[in-house]
Amino acid sequence: MNIHEYQAKELFDRFQVPSPIGKVASTPEEAAAAAKEFAGAKLVIKAQVHAGGRGKGHFKNGFQGGVHLIESPEQAAEFAGKMLNETLVTVQTGEAGKVVRKVMVAEAVDITHEYYLAILMDRSTSRPVIVASTEGGMSIEDVAHNTPEKIIRQFVHPILGLQAYEIRKLAAALNLHGDLAKQFGKLLSNLYKLFISLDCSMLEINPLVTTPDGRVLALDAKFGFDDNSLFRHPEIVAMRDKEEEDPREVAASEYDLNYIGLDGNIACLVNGAGLAMATMDIIKHYGGEPANFLDVGGGASKEQVTAAFKIILGDPNVKGILINIFGGIMDCNVIAEGVIAAAKETGLPIPLVVRLEGNNVEMGKATLKASGLNIVSADTMSDGAQKIVAAVA
Amino acid sequence: MAILVDENTKLLVQGITGSFGARHASLSLDYGTKLVAGVTPGKGGQKFADFVPIFDTVAQAVNETGATASAIFVPPPFAADAILECVDAGVELVVAITEGIPVMDMMRVKEAMKGSKSRLIGPNCPGLVTPGRGEKSHGGCRIGIAPGYIHKRGNVGVVSRSGTLTYEAVWQLTQLGYGQSTCVGIGGDPINGTSHLDVLQMFNEDPETEAIIMIGEIGGTAEVEAARWAKENCKKPIAGFIAGATAPPGRRMGHAGAIVGGEEDTAQAKKRILAECGIAVAETPSDMAKTLLELWGK
Repeated sequence: MNIHEYQAKELFDRFQVPSPIGKVASTPEEAAAAAKEFAGAKLVIKAQVHAGGRGKGHFKNGFQGGVHLIESPEQAAEFAGKMLNETLVTVQTGEAGKVVRKVMVAEAVDITHEYYLAILMDRSTSRPVIVASTEGGMSIEDVAHNTPEKIIRQFVHPILGLQAYEIRKLAAALNLHGDLAKQFGKLLSNLYKLFISLDCSMLEINPLVTTPDGRVLALDAKFGFDDNSLFRHPEIVAMRDKEEEDPREVAASEYDLNYIGLDGNIACLVNGAGLAMATMDIIKHYGGEPANFLDVGGGASKEQVTAAFKIILGDPNVKGILINIFGGIMDCNVIAEGVIAAAKETGLPIPLVVRLEGNNVEMGKATLKASGLNIVSADTMSDGAQKIVAAVA
Repeated sequence: MAILVDENTKLLVQGITGSFGARHASLSLDYGTKLVAGVTPGKGGQKFADFVPIFDTVAQAVNETGATASAIFVPPPFAADAILECVDAGVELVVAITEGIPVMDMMRVKEAMKGSKSRLIGPNCPGLVTPGRGEKSHGGCRIGIAPGYIHKRGNVGVVSRSGTLTYEAVWQLTQLGYGQSTCVGIGGDPINGTSHLDVLQMFNEDPETEAIIMIGEIGGTAEVEAARWAKENCKKPIAGFIAGATAPPGRRMGHAGAIVGGEEDTAQAKKRILAECGIAVAETPSDMAKTLLELWGK
């Protein structure tokens, strides 16, 4: 799940990771009050959406830009009025854009130098790694590609945690000295605490900046949380903003279905994540385009299959469905009955190919055939993929 | 021979009184596996299926029954503790079926297991099966959640991150008349106990295993490391498949570990490297067994 910029700021404040002063606002009055509170500082107002490119975006009401310098509380209220409850379109939102529900009034920081700083969980060593660079403010992938020597990595012991000498090494490698090195050390130490305490999978600050008045600040942050750990972080779960997510994915998550929407026209419904990915692949292999990833899990119920059907049919791009089930322990006949019940409830306006394999498969196929529904049966994955690709062609 | 487990392996199940654990403990018994103990804290003294003793602790179960392998079905918040309890009790093979264990918990467990005599398989895995010699492979060792009957005793080793994709490969082999030595599901999480490489090394040493199917997916570099090792060291034919060629970058595809992070962990990059290392890469998941048999000269 993603969080908003103002929520990231809340987490930084809680763990004492220095970032520019700022306050979130839901109304023009709140925005004006925040601007008044920070009077004297150079201020900026920013639309809060889960998408990049806000500064260069435009609102559907004609207002240009989701990020603006402000010079007075009155101007803060004026800009907030043009952004709040309006739709912002950026390069990352697509044509539909995102409705802005909140804005943030924050200090516009003067920058001496931009750095890159991130903490990630490294799979091959099974430990956290700190990645830093003097080349901040740009795509770190480009830095890694063009000047790999400018990427610094420090692995951290999983149980001992971040050591003082490791921080000193990083500060020296970033050419930070004296008080700046000290501030950097405190910031990194607190950032590491945040990473561990909140079960992050990734925490990226780009840029981390030094300022002319001698401060070290986290300017822009990206958080990744380990989904498996959310049960012990209710305060993070509360930060989820469902309006920012694909509505199909929100609906799927309510039924414990693992669904990811794609752009193709052949929907698939599969048990198991690996098989679901492989099913998408084989559709593509035979010239089709998968419309989604959908894993119903090992023990899908009739209700889940019905819900999955509705989500699939709710996508106007979908022109055909491939169901691929390897019912190892599950009874294929139970799955067949679930599919029939779902198809009867939702109707079956488009071709459906079902490939069933495993436990009690003959009975399952017979049940599908006897249903009278227009269901095409397939014997193998490739047979199923070829049949559905032909059906939508 | 086979690897890791055989028909004489004594198994205990942690979380045997939960519905998931109980169901699969029953299926292992039906398959002929030597299930000798269950562990559920607070339920020591009871019996599972009228004859399998239940203990409060793993140490008691090991001392009383001589169990050397454990299948863990306990819920995610308690799973790391369950694994460490096995390490403490000296269980040789710990198979964590549980899906959804926090990654930080696994990071600490993995560090804590260094130097111990326990091997961890999983978590978030279907477990492993060494098929038996009876009808529908009955009499083998089934640890976890795989359907027993799809297997057949034979000479192909199978290793995979995914459950149902493993079943797919096993079923293709069995349908074509080729059995398996051992089938190992190493799990779909980013931090796991046993890697593709570990299992390839075991298959390479196992006289019963003559050929290997290795199934991987997007995310991480484990398949690539295994392939590079195999190129220099493995004497047996290997067929491979990598799932996720159509997965969008940056999205987690069901498995916590199935996410494309960089250029090297895409399906396309992995397939290319596997092929460069002499592994026959199946074009589609329907062709995994066929691809192996062609390479193997069968």
